Amino acid sequence: MSTALALKLAVFVPLLGAILILLADRRPNLREGITLVTALALFALVLRVAFGDGAPVETTLIELLPGLSIALHNENLSILFAAVASGLWIVTSIYSIGYMRGNKEQHQTRFYACFAIALAGAVGVAFSANMLTLFVFYEVLTLSTYPLVAHKEDANAKRGARVYLAILLATSIGFLLPAMIAVWWHAGTLDFVPGGVMAGRIDPALGALLLVLFMYGIGKAALMPFHRWLPSAMVAPTPVSALLHAVAVVKAGVFTVLKVSVYLFGLDYLKELWSSELMLYVAVFTLLAASLVALQQDNLKARLAYSTVSQLSYIVAAAMLANEMAALGGAMHIVMHAFGKITLFFCAGAIYVATKKTEISDMDGLGRRMPVTFAAFFVGALCVIGVPPLGGVWSKWYLLSGAYDSGHALVVVALMLSTLLNIAYLVPPVVRAFLLPARDGDESPGLREAPLLCVLPLSLTALGGLAMFFLAAPLSQRLMAMFAG
Amino acid sequence: MSQTLALIVVVPMLGAAVAALLPAGRLPWLLATAVSWYMLAAAAMLAGQAMDLGVLSYAMGNWEPPFGIEYRLDPANALLALLISGLAAVVLPFAGRSLASEVPEEKSPYLYGALLLFLCGQMGIAVSGDAFNIFVFLEISSLATYTLIALGRDRRALTASFSYLIMGTVGATFFLIGVGLLYAMTGTLNMADLALRIPEVAASRTVHTAYAFIVVGVCLKLALFPLHLWLPNAYTYAPSAVTALMAATATKVAIYLLIRFIYSVFGADFSFGEMPTVYLLVPLAVVGLLSTSVVAIGQDKIKRMLAYSSVAQIGYMVLGIGMASATGLTAALLHLFNHALMKGALFMALGCIAIRFGTSRLEVFRGLGRRMPWTMAAFVAGGLSLIGVPLTVGFISKWYLVLAAIELGWWPIVAVIIVGSLLAVVYIWRVVEVAYLQTADDMSRCEAPLSLLVPTWVLILANFWFGIDTRLTIGIAERAAAMLSGLTP
Repeated sequence: MSTALALKLAVFVPLLGAILILLADRRPNLREGITLVTALALFALVLRVAFGDGAPVETTLIELLPGLSIALHNENLSILFAAVASGLWIVTSIYSIGYMRGNKEQHQTRFYACFAIALAGAVGVAFSANMLTLFVFYEVLTLSTYPLVAHKEDANAKRGARVYLAILLATSIGFLLPAMIAVWWHAGTLDFVPGGVMAGRIDPALGALLLVLFMYGIGKAALMPFHRWLPSAMVAPTPVSALLHAVAVVKAGVFTVLKVSVYLFGLDYLKELWSSELMLYVAVFTLLAASLVALQQDNLKARLAYSTVSQLSYIVAAAMLANEMAALGGAMHIVMHAFGKITLFFCAGAIYVATKKTEISDMDGLGRRMPVTFAAFFVGALCVIGVPPLGGVWSKWYLLSGAYDSGHALVVVALMLSTLLNIAYLVPPVVRAFLLPARDGDESPGLREAPLLCVLPLSLTALGGLAMFFLAAPLSQRLMAMFAG
Repeated sequence: MSQTLALIVVVPMLGAAVAALLPAGRLPWLLATAVSWYMLAAAAMLAGQAMDLGVLSYAMGNWEPPFGIEYRLDPANALLALLISGLAAVVLPFAGRSLASEVPEEKSPYLYGALLLFLCGQMGIAVSGDAFNIFVFLEISSLATYTLIALGRDRRALTASFSYLIMGTVGATFFLIGVGLLYAMTGTLNMADLALRIPEVAASRTVHTAYAFIVVGVCLKLALFPLHLWLPNAYTYAPSAVTALMAATATKVAIYLLIRFIYSVFGADFSFGEMPTVYLLVPLAVVGLLSTSVVAIGQDKIKRMLAYSSVAQIGYMVLGIGMASATGLTAALLHLFNHALMKGALFMALGCIAIRFGTSRLEVFRGLGRRMPWTMAAFVAGGLSLIGVPLTVGFISKWYLVLAAIELGWWPIVAVIIVGSLLAVVYIWRVVEVAYLQTADDMSRCEAPLSLLVPTWVLILANFWFGIDTRLTIGIAERAAAMLSGLTP
């Protein structure tokens, strides 16, 4: 199979999977079987793209507008994001089966079908060869996740889904679309080219304005004040929060930020713009403020959501620092944070399935009943915080070097401070679960873990976070290629 | 072969007379459907020729133009002819079942007679190259429309029809006065000939007056804010299939007339150099599209909501016309075609609901996501197209409109276009939430019959088809815009 074909199939296989899932409506085992097979097939396709002969490939699906095509390519940052999203989809699919059946959720067919479509969107975003293609898949991702957020169909879900859709559509149509059209008009191309396409074609005064439009237009990156959709999305079932709102959707946002910064603006051009400094400080503010908000949350999922807002801003800040070291750190943080955060969400879901508890203050003493879950939570937390021997340490390392290199002492301080805050809001739940006596006085011995289909995936992702510590070197080598050219 | 250009108008005219004589029942409908399909085939053939040859011309009664009446087809009206006949060919199969439930059977011969007359008038305006002849067809289609609206089962349809009659007649009269003044100054009614002669007399006050009368008259017909007051009631109370057809074609034909007169009869130099057209059209379009979008949000009847949305969308087209650039004109022509697809589909989805509930009030939408899954899916898809989500036709329209505004450096207008789009999200999603996230007491399935669903979905798929494969629409629109404005995009 040629790489071009693999790229196309990677987008179409999940869509086909969604159709088959809808057709298998009344046979749950067949339906979940299809989900798993689709996830495996997708991952295999992404691996085929990743380990091909390495030659750059661009393949056109259709010419949407004169001179502007829907096209896919196999650049390294793309492969990285696609591999993370599709690889973790396999684990999440297993987890979903345990979670959705364990909770006896309604409308499971719609759930699995929309999930598959969302993955098609995420992989499409990843492999986009130009900004128009990326925008198309970005909107597919927004719309396909709306039914997932509104899944419960009660008043709460309705409100959350409304905020979700309103912010994501308003930012993308309101800011991203005009910014993109302006680049098309002035630069004559929207292709992602190493080194960027805007230098020498767009006046830096306009470029600076466009940067602000792009950064706020990519609402999925959750820069304040357009971050509210992410906590709102927590009304969704936990597998959705885990894969989509800790990995696929939000990472599609920061991936787009990186892609736009590196391949559309170009880091050198970006450095010249006055607004890159401004957006850097917006990101720094977001990462500190969201951490402080996370500290206040008693609801475990809400705390994790604000933590995600904060971690996303690491990556935006990395892009705005506009040097290779920082951008590399940002790209690696996409992977490292993915493993850490998906583990944390899986744990939150497992706790809910086993005990129906959602508030941290109710979880005292739970560690003795659910040791595997809370051990995994601890590992995930360490990964997000960035403690060796977990993958998170490397991305923070590169990020800090990048900030130090460019002389942004304030950013270095902010990153350090934020790491302390990470410890402050992620470690206490584990400590309380293991060390405090149970609130309800239920000291009965014996394990009460969630179903195996929940516990197995979260153990796998926790181990993944550990493995990433050792895989960082080959990863960063491949990623360096994105600055070549 | 060139007779096709005449037959495309003559066949529906004769068909109307025959339909009125047929016995009540299904026969008039069958005839009308057959005629609409003939028109589509003819229009497709003509459009192909017009794209190859540039301009097709047919002299009525063999009187050479500019003395006789000339039928003339270039890329601009080829697009319009395709639109009218295409929409008619989809809506008429839908109309059979839908109108049977809304209009008493004994009226069916006159009903389909009027529908065919309406099509004849619309097509006549599209292909005629003679200004007075256009007035005649304008009246033919308008009279047919008044009848069709009055057939709505709500008695308020009568007042709606009457107020449209008054406004429409004022508009047509203004148009006629303008044409008369032009005739007095130039001695010709042939539009190609007018375009040659007007520059010689352009400085005269008579020509300025003629321009004002024609533009205002046509703007009444196309329901430009604030001349739109007839439209919401007319759309709301007309029978569903009639609304779908009218919303998709009638205002579009008037938009075409505006483009034809501004750009080719008077010429862009006169319209934008000599006359303050930009300052007339652009502010009205902007205020119109924002204010009517806001009004649409507050509507309780979804049919009326979509009617206000139509006025807003007309604002987009007029905005494109007012930009006086090739890209702006391309955007206007594209949106003319694309909006017909989305609004036609949305009104047809409402027709599917009307056949089950007899109304389009918001409360009947409760639980419809599960009760009428295909109908509501069509509504959502049409709504997404209206919002301008990528891969739908709405996105293509928005792209060109924003591009045209950026090209001119009109950033505030970019903001207006975007805000209009976001307001569409609000009014469409209001319906979606009620349909999918609320439940009714009775949750039994009540999907519309296939004879309604299939045509609705044909149009929905067209929304996606022309949103993905844009060669046909953009190709024609760009050529038409280049030809009309004399600029290359």
